[in-house]
Amino acid sequence: MSTIISFTILGLFTGAAYAIAASGLVLTYTTTRVFNIAHGAFGMVMAFTFWDFSQRQGMPTWLALFLVLGVVAPGTGWLVQRFVTRGLGEGPVSVSLVVTVGLFVGLIGLAQYIWPPEPRTVPPFLPDKGLQIGDTYVTAHQIITIVLSAVVAAMLYALLNRTRVGTAMRASVDNPVLLQLFGGKPDRVASLSWAIGISLAALAGILLSPVVGLSYFDLTLLVINAYAAAMFGRLKSLPLTFVGAMGLGVLQSFAVAYLPSEGSLAGLRAVVPALFLFVVIIAMPQAQLRIGQVKGIVTAPLPSMRKSVGWGAGLLGLVALLAASMSDADLLLVGTAATYAMAMLSLVLLTGYGGHVSLAQFTFAGVGALAYAKLDEPNLYGLFMSALIAAGVGALVALPVLRLTGLYLALSTLAFGVLMDKLVFQAEFAFGFNGTLSAQRLTVLGHEFSSTGGYVLVMAVFFVLMALALLLLRRGVLGRLLIAMRDSPAACGTLGLDMRWFRVALFGLSAGMAGLAGGLFAGLRGTIGAADFQLFNSLPLLLLAVVCGVTSVTGATLGGIGLMLLPVLQSSRPELAGLVFAVLGFGAVALGRDPNGLANLLFGLGRRLEARFGDKVRAAVPVLPLPRPRAEDDSDTNIPLKEGAHVAARS
Amino acid sequence: MSLLEVEDVVVRFGGVTAVDHAGFTAEAGRITGLIGPNGAGKTTCFNVITGLQKPNEGRIRFDGRTITRLPVHRRSRRGMGRTFQRLEAFGSLTVRDNVRVARDIHRGLAGLVRPASADVDGLLERVGIAAYADERADSIPTGVARLLELARCLAGQPQLLLLDEPSSGLDETETQAFGELLAALAAEGRAIVMVEHDMDLVMSVCDELHVLDFGRVIASGPPALIRADPNVQRAYLGYSDVPDADLTQELEAVR
Repeated sequence: MSTIISFTILGLFTGAAYAIAASGLVLTYTTTRVFNIAHGAFGMVMAFTFWDFSQRQGMPTWLALFLVLGVVAPGTGWLVQRFVTRGLGEGPVSVSLVVTVGLFVGLIGLAQYIWPPEPRTVPPFLPDKGLQIGDTYVTAHQIITIVLSAVVAAMLYALLNRTRVGTAMRASVDNPVLLQLFGGKPDRVASLSWAIGISLAALAGILLSPVVGLSYFDLTLLVINAYAAAMFGRLKSLPLTFVGAMGLGVLQSFAVAYLPSEGSLAGLRAVVPALFLFVVIIAMPQAQLRIGQVKGIVTAPLPSMRKSVGWGAGLLGLVALLAASMSDADLLLVGTAATYAMAMLSLVLLTGYGGHVSLAQFTFAGVGALAYAKLDEPNLYGLFMSALIAAGVGALVALPVLRLTGLYLALSTLAFGVLMDKLVFQAEFAFGFNGTLSAQRLTVLGHEFSSTGGYVLVMAVFFVLMALALLLLRRGVLGRLLIAMRDSPAACGTLGLDMRWFRVALFGLSAGMAGLAGGLFAGLRGTIGAADFQLFNSLPLLLLAVVCGVTSVTGATLGGIGLMLLPVLQSSRPELAGLVFAVLGFGAVALGRDPNGLANLLFGLGRRLEARFGDKVRAAVPVLPLPRPRAEDDSDTNIPLKEGAHVAARS
Repeated sequence: MSLLEVEDVVVRFGGVTAVDHAGFTAEAGRITGLIGPNGAGKTTCFNVITGLQKPNEGRIRFDGRTITRLPVHRRSRRGMGRTFQRLEAFGSLTVRDNVRVARDIHRGLAGLVRPASADVDGLLERVGIAAYADERADSIPTGVARLLELARCLAGQPQLLLLDEPSSGLDETETQAFGELLAALAAEGRAIVMVEHDMDLVMSVCDELHVLDFGRVIASGPPALIRADPNVQRAYLGYSDVPDADLTQELEAVR
């Protein structure tokens, strides 16, 4: 009996902290329509700041607490709303997701840079005080947390229902434009709610850090629990959010108490929040199609098929050259870049064309790699089977959220990533706990590509074929449908398109592409493990894809190379490891609004060079084809598969 | 039997009743007008008919079968097409590709294998926007975009056309041509329901009118009868040459 009581109290304590975090999330989402994926990352950074003030600089606890909750956190929230997330709510969901994922990665990088890894402890509030209730000892810290959550609830209630600005906040939930017409200031309301939201994230982070420990990732991921609670309140009801948070806390505590700590179900305890999130999302009511939304996105120009084949051949030539001249260690890097580039192609399909965001694309690559290693058929059949399995898993992830769109799909991929990380990949039937599997290199039509150079060339061939197939798809009926669905789901519905299955198929196809990349990667490496496909690898993948241009094959190529270079850069200058992520994350924040990314700058450069030097070069080298007439220029522009210098040489 | 029957539909948004026990029908081969002041619930009616909005009460029957619970795309496949008051053209596609998408969707899987654009240009020609075929749909004038939505919806060969303010953005000559087009479309056996504020157009092309006010159908009948109805005049048409008995009494009471 007493164990039940003590675990309930423990659950209420964590639930209270989740409730504080989740109410901040709900507040920012409802007032600005921006779902802050980085909410937990803000909590993490603020917990570190609190540690810095109170432990490293030795300020008294009350002062540190006041500075963090009253100055640093609200200031940050205000600045973020002012300069980062302002106006994102009216745009496509994919953009606000990418920008906040950028914040997420950037904040983790920043924390690692400012506070390099070392053991840190945060003492709980009033460490030697507590209450004896029957057989159960309740610490003062737990009581304080539970009381604080009640105080937060009461204050939010008072703010929203008893003050003018609260009324404005509730009004801006419904219609910010109308609020502005009636003399309200939506910007001020938004800034205020972000300030409060980040403060609440900070409070939750500070309260949880003595229990969870000061860890970059654990504290950041705790927010999945907050998401789950916020979803329970359908992202708008604060009372339901509190109920959801408390329920989740208790559920998680009971899981720790009663689920087996060994055997195949051991991982289950760690994924209770992710499962909870899944269940809540599935139970959400059918989403109504939005009418009258912004549409028409200027995307990167589509190259002609001839040009694409030409650039593809050029790329293959270059890789062949590298394969003949580079060391095996360097070639492994080229192969890794090809893997990343293929995974990014799957994002071009899903995000660039389809407008959906996956936060766990590399997990699908992991599924493909796992299947490839397990099938132990190092040939085309095995490779395609593993891609097919990944596609099936991808479709399965999209299936429960069939009726929902955008945000919920992305969040369920996040829950899926956590599930795979902690439960499936670590299981005995997969890689095993901290284990690895070995995989053979591919044999194509009886020819074994055992040399690294040859194998990397095969990977490049797959990349080029995949890219060409993607461009072909984009040109055809399916490509048009994809764009139409992104521009106006409501019109597609009233024209008779069953978007639910289409979306599942799209998700499956994209996951299959990532799976193929994973299978090839397994062959490249020879040994693979769960660590190669962690959820956290998927976020930089998404970010670099967007920064480099998620609407074009060129962007995927650049992104693949960039993502491969990141760890190289980090290992050559370890002290800058965190900073690299910070730059990437905040870079995505700055560039996330334009999905065409850096690739589009290159296209522009290509066009300008063509205009300037095209005639001269053509006069010198008469075999070069003439540019198409002006009218078709837009659909036929350079697609430099490698680098800018190439453009000049070719034009 | 009517092609479309809207029966006793109620839609509430929070405390506001947008559609209040509204009911009307639309017949094949005829043009039915839905008129009324802004906020009367006309577009909401369209949303309920096409399935974009769930009604709190009431029933929609189409071609003799109840479709109240069918999802949007299934209704469309039964032969329903609509245009939008706030435009829903596919902005990143050209005008021609907009109509192509509609055709592809209508043809289903067969269309994926063997795409054809034979009558796409014919449709653009018919609604009179062939000149814009190669322009992006987010760069064309509003009037053209409305006609594009009409062409797009015709590509699905619907029996029932729901047009939400189709003539706004058109000038006088264009409106006249549009009226002739509507009459021709109806003459081919389609049922057309139209929400429209241009009273000249409504009065000249519609066979039947339903007037909505605060979510209720306050009058139904042929245009001539509606024009003479004092309730309608007070609620919507904005003029009154028939003294209103109730109003006169109220005024007396005030005096």
